[in-house]
Amino acid sequence: MSVGGRGAVQAGRQAVVPESALCALADLVPGARATVVEVVADGAPDTARRLGALGFAPGTVVEVVRRAPLRDPVVYRVKDYEVCLRRAQAACVFTTEVEL
Amino acid sequence: MTAGCHEPGGAGAVVAEDARIALVGSPNAGKTSVFNALTGLHAKTGNYPGVTVSRYVGSCRAGGRGHVIEDLPGTYSLEPISPDEQITVDVLDGRLDGTPRPDALLVVVDATTLRRSLTLVAQVLSRALPTCVVVTFTDELSLRQGHLDPDALSRALGLPVLPVVGHRGLGIGQVRERIAAWRSWPVPALAPPTDPAELDAWAESVLTFADYRPAERHKATQRLDAVLLHPVWGTAVFFAVMMAFFQTVFNLAAPLQGYVESLSGRLSHLIAGHVTNRWLSGLLGDAIIGGVGGVLVFVPQIMLLFLLLALLEGVGYLSRAAFLMDRVMARAGLEGRAFVALLSSFACAIPGILATRTLPSAKDRLATMMAAPLMTCSARLPVYVLLIGLLVEPSARIGPFGAQGLIMFGLYLLGAVSAMTAAWVIKKVTDRGGAAMPFFMEMPPYRLPAPRAVLLAMWSSARAFLRKCSTVIVAASIALWLALNLPLHSPAQLQAAGVDTGDSVAVSAYTVDHSYAADLGRLVSPVFDPLGFDWRINVGVLSAQSARETFVATLGQVAAAQSPDHPTDALRTMTNQDRSHAGQVIFTAPTIAALLVYFAYALQCMATVAVIRRETGTWKWPTIAFTYLTVTAWLMAYLAHTITAAVTGG
Repeated sequence: MSVGGRGAVQAGRQAVVPESALCALADLVPGARATVVEVVADGAPDTARRLGALGFAPGTVVEVVRRAPLRDPVVYRVKDYEVCLRRAQAACVFTTEVEL
Repeated sequence: MTAGCHEPGGAGAVVAEDARIALVGSPNAGKTSVFNALTGLHAKTGNYPGVTVSRYVGSCRAGGRGHVIEDLPGTYSLEPISPDEQITVDVLDGRLDGTPRPDALLVVVDATTLRRSLTLVAQVLSRALPTCVVVTFTDELSLRQGHLDPDALSRALGLPVLPVVGHRGLGIGQVRERIAAWRSWPVPALAPPTDPAELDAWAESVLTFADYRPAERHKATQRLDAVLLHPVWGTAVFFAVMMAFFQTVFNLAAPLQGYVESLSGRLSHLIAGHVTNRWLSGLLGDAIIGGVGGVLVFVPQIMLLFLLLALLEGVGYLSRAAFLMDRVMARAGLEGRAFVALLSSFACAIPGILATRTLPSAKDRLATMMAAPLMTCSARLPVYVLLIGLLVEPSARIGPFGAQGLIMFGLYLLGAVSAMTAAWVIKKVTDRGGAAMPFFMEMPPYRLPAPRAVLLAMWSSARAFLRKCSTVIVAASIALWLALNLPLHSPAQLQAAGVDTGDSVAVSAYTVDHSYAADLGRLVSPVFDPLGFDWRINVGVLSAQSARETFVATLGQVAAAQSPDHPTDALRTMTNQDRSHAGQVIFTAPTIAALLVYFAYALQCMATVAVIRRETGTWKWPTIAFTYLTVTAWLMAYLAHTITAAVTGG
C-alpha cells in the first residue's frame, strides 16, 4: 500500500485533479454523489488506511445517505453497503462531485 | 443441522484433535452464527492473555476427528487499529503466546458486502495458510436481486467457496465436510496486489468473473431509516423505544420478581417449620435461600433485559440508536455504541460491562466500564425505596410532583450525569499522547433475527451472569449470616446478661448486638461517623459491599424488626446506643441523604468487580474503579450530609 509520509493513499492511475476542484466528503449534502480522489489524514496514517479498508478507495463512488439529527455522524453508501463516519473522518476523504 | 456437529456420545469432548481452524471475517459478516452452527453450544469463552479481548474456542467433529475452531475477533482489515484486530493479526502470524498458529483458515464474507470484503480476503490470502471461503447471506443477496456464482468465485480465487445461510444452518453440512478435508485446501500461491488501486482492479476482475451483481438497496431498510433516523420522528421513536425498554424491564419484570420472592419466602418458611435446629434453619433459610433468592429475584429482569437487547441488536436498531446518540456521547469523549452499554447498566452493570465488547477502542471500553457502575442499577432500587420512605412521607409534594418520585428521579439523574463525567475524566487521562481512534460504524440492513439466535444470545449472557454472580452473592450472604450470629452465647450467658431466653426476638437482638459484625461495625465507625452512620448502618453498608440489595435485609436483621422485609417502622424510631450519641434518632435527614448519595456512588457489587477483572484481564482496573468510586462516595456523602444539615438545621 502506497502510504505517504502524510498518511495519504493516492490513486496511481487517477487523472490529476486541480486542488480547487476537490471537495471533502464532510462538506457534501445528503443525496450528493462523489468520486473519491484521495484520502489524506495528517499524522493519522491509521485513519487513512482504515478508510481505505472500509471502501473509501480512490476511484470509488460514495453517496451521502443521511445526517444524524444532531448533524453528526453521517451515513455514507460505498461499495454496496452503508457505513457512518464522523465529520472528522469524512474530512479526510477528498472527492470530486459526480453530476447527477 | 443446527444442533451442533457433535455426533451422539461426543458430549463436547475433543478426541484425536486434528486441526486448529480459525474463523476470520469482518464484524456483521455472520461469523458468529457460522461458529455457533459448527460448534453447537459447547464453545468456551475466555480472554486472550493480558488484553480486554474475548476469546471464543469451540470444537467441531468432522470426518471422525475433533477440530478446534477459534472465532477470531472481527476485523475490516489486517492492518490493525484496535486491540481486537491486533489479536486477529497476531494469531494469524503465530505471534501470540499460548495460541499456536492456526493450521487452516475459514474466511467468512457477507455476500451483500462482497465488493468491500474482498480487500480483507486479499489480505488473508497473503498469509499463505490453507484457506476456504464461506459466503454468508446468500439468501439475502438473491432476495435483493443480486447474483453470485460460487463456483466461478472459487475458480477466480483459487479456493473452495461455500455458500451458507448461517442462522438457518443451511450449507453448514458442506462446510463440515470441507473441514474434514482441510488438508486439501489450497495454500494461495500468488498473493493479490497490495497497492490500493491495483487491489481495487483485482477485486473488480474477481467480481466480474464470479458474475457478481450487487444486491439492490434493501427497500424496507430505506423506508424504515427514513422514519427511524428522521430528525423529528427518529428522535421521537428513539425516546419511545427507551421508554418501552424501561417499562418492560421494570413493570413487566415486577410480577415475575414477585413470584420469585414469594417462592423463596415460602421455602424459607418451610425450612423454619421443618428444621428444628436453630443454626441449621438459620443457615439454610436466611443465608442460603435468602442469598440465592436475592440473586434469583433479579433473574426475570435480567433475562428480559438481555432478551430485549438481543432483539434490538438482531433487528439492527441498536446501531441506529448508537448513530442517533453518537453526538451526545461525544461530549463525554465516548461514541454512540457506549450509549448501548450505559443503557444496559440501568438494569445491571454486568451486562453493561459485557456490552462494551462492541466498542472497537480500548480506551472507550475502559472509560465506559469505569462509568457503568454509576448508572442506577436495579440493585439500588430497594435501597432507595427504603431510604426515601424514611426521608419523606408518600403524600409529600414538591410543586405538582410527589416528593418521593422526584428524589428517585434526581438519583437516576445523578447517576447518569456522574457516569458521563467519570467517562469524560477517564478519557482525558487515558487520551494523553495517543492519537484518537477513527470512528466508523457499519449500518447493517434491518433483518428479522432467527428466534434461536436471539434466545442463544440472551442465554449466553444470562448464563454468564448466573454462574459468576450467584457464587459471589451466596458466599457473601453466608459469611454475613455467620458474622451476625457468632460468637455463640450459652443460655447461661444470656441469662447473666438479663436476656429472656424464651423470647427469640430478644435473643437474636442480643446476639446481633454482640456479634463479630457488630464489632466490625464499631471498628469502622471513625470512618463513617462524619456521615452520621452508627454501627448498625455500618454493618449494613459493609454487608452491602458484596451486593447492594443486601442492605435492606441486613438492616432488618440488625434492627431485629418484626418483619425483616419492611423494617421501615422499626428503623424510623431506632435510636443510637453508643455512648456519645445515646438516645439520638439514627435516621435523620442528613444521614439518609448521606446514605442515598453513598449508595449512588459506591461500587458495592463484587460481581461487577469480578466482571471488570475478567473483561480487562488484570486487577488494575477493578482496583481503580473500586477506589475512585468508594472515595467519591464518601466525599459526596459528606457533602450531602453537610448541605442537608445546613438546610434542615439538623
